[in-house]
Amino acid sequence: MFVLIATSALMMAQPPVSTDAAPDTPPPGAPYAVPGEEKVDPYTLSPQNAGARPFAGTGMAHAFHGQEGIHRIVERFTQLSYDDKVIGEIFFKHDKVRFKRTLFEQFCFLLNAGCSYSGRDMASSHKDLGVQQADMNRLVELLQRAMSEEHVRFAAQNRFLSKLAPMRPDVVVR
Amino acid sequence: MRKPFFRSVLSPAAFGLCASCLLPVTASGEPLRNEGKLLLTNGISTVEGASGGGLAPWATIAGNETKDGIGVSAHVTDDELKDYEYRSAGAALGLFNRLELSYARQNFNTQKIGAALGLGRDYTFRQDVVGAKLRLLGDVVYDNPLVPAIAVGVQYKHNLNGSIVRALGAKSASGVDVYASATKLILADSLLVNTTLRMTKANQIGLLGFGGDKSDAYHLEFEGSLAYQLSRRLVVGGEYRSKPDNLGVAHENAWFDGFVAYAVNRNLTATVAYTDLGSIATIDRQRGALFSLQAAF
Ligand code: HEM
Repeated sequence: MFVLIATSALMMAQPPVSTDAAPDTPPPGAPYAVPGEEKVDPYTLSPQNAGARPFAGTGMAHAFHGQEGIHRIVERFTQLSYDDKVIGEIFFKHDKVRFKRTLFEQFCFLLNAGCSYSGRDMASSHKDLGVQQADMNRLVELLQRAMSEEHVRFAAQNRFLSKLAPMRPDVVVR
Repeated sequence: MRKPFFRSVLSPAAFGLCASCLLPVTASGEPLRNEGKLLLTNGISTVEGASGGGLAPWATIAGNETKDGIGVSAHVTDDELKDYEYRSAGAALGLFNRLELSYARQNFNTQKIGAALGLGRDYTFRQDVVGAKLRLLGDVVYDNPLVPAIAVGVQYKHNLNGSIVRALGAKSASGVDVYASATKLILADSLLVNTTLRMTKANQIGLLGFGGDKSDAYHLEFEGSLAYQLSRRLVVGGEYRSKPDNLGVAHENAWFDGFVAYAVNRNLTATVAYTDLGSIATIDRQRGALFSLQAAF
């Protein structure tokens, strides 16, 4: 738990342009996991791994209440997903610490809230999960719930989902 | 762990106690996959039974199932017009979010006008509509935002008042409509856009038969829907539907509506609309309030 809080505190304190010391951008050649996370097979770091280009301007970052808001959404969304009766079974074996960190980075990156994304691409991170369409929709609903609890306007929620919706073919594999 | 696709239809929980329909799991804690679709993405039953926006069929497939299941829906609609009352009830089956089979019975009660037209008070035109719709490609919500869901459909319509509609000038008591719809929810703007092109001979969608003294040819008609999503549950929109004008004695106009649809829960959608159906059976300005309830599983 301490590691978690420390990691998130570090991320929130991170300046808009990531530095070498930031935990979400491991230096080249490092294992692509930060302390406290399970090891992952090496992969190529690229902003393209995030699956979409970020929004322009600061409107969306504001609508999501900046990095702090995004952080709360990811925290709540992760909790809902891991505890969910429908899709929890897909999540429970997977490293929650890493999931929260990389998902935060991805959301923050896409919302142009000042992060870079250091995780894997969507196809390779979901290829073995057996996600069905109903699971995808369930996940969208949980995300909508987390965004609503953060009081993100519905129009902004949909605008954000417009970045994620085209990623479906990489996620829903059967 | 994952149950096969028939789970939705064959699962007793889906058809038994409706309390269990509201929950994502059965009492035994087993995951049910009969609620796979996002709210409202099964559309609103149209007056002809196909899923869509009330007037125009969309490239959606009825019921709450995804490509991994078979969903069902049923609707009742009541439109209280200035001089008439329109009612329809129907059901649809959605197979693997690919193929939709639908049926609707339409009743168009002429009320007092029936007497004035010499048909008798409350004379009711009735029609059966059997439909099939196939989604060819695309998705309403996901994938390439520039590629809409595209579906083609066919509707066989059989008017049950053959001798009367022929006396009015219709050439036939039954007819076949074919249509193609393209539908996309443009998430970035929370806007759903649908366009439908239909080939039809129907007079007042078939309630007054098919073809007439003015024309007995197929006409290409346009139907459009525009809807704005205010929340997960609430959408407001409007529709337009053009129609042929085949009968010399009773000219007809394009139809319009403005609607509010609310997903009460996953299984129930309520719609209220203002409809303007123009001139019907010689009486102009048939405007009124439409109420529709749709249950979907
Ligand atoms: C467009 C929708 C989605 C996006 C943007 C997304 C995003 C992500 C991201 C950024 C990661 C971390 C990648 C990494 O560790 O390097 C991840 C992993 C994961 N996602 Fe998704 N995801 C989506 C849909 C789904 C769905 C529908 C499910 C299941 C219902 C799911 C389940 C998982 C799981 C279990 C992991 C952990 C994989 C692992 O640890 O190996 N995701 N996702």
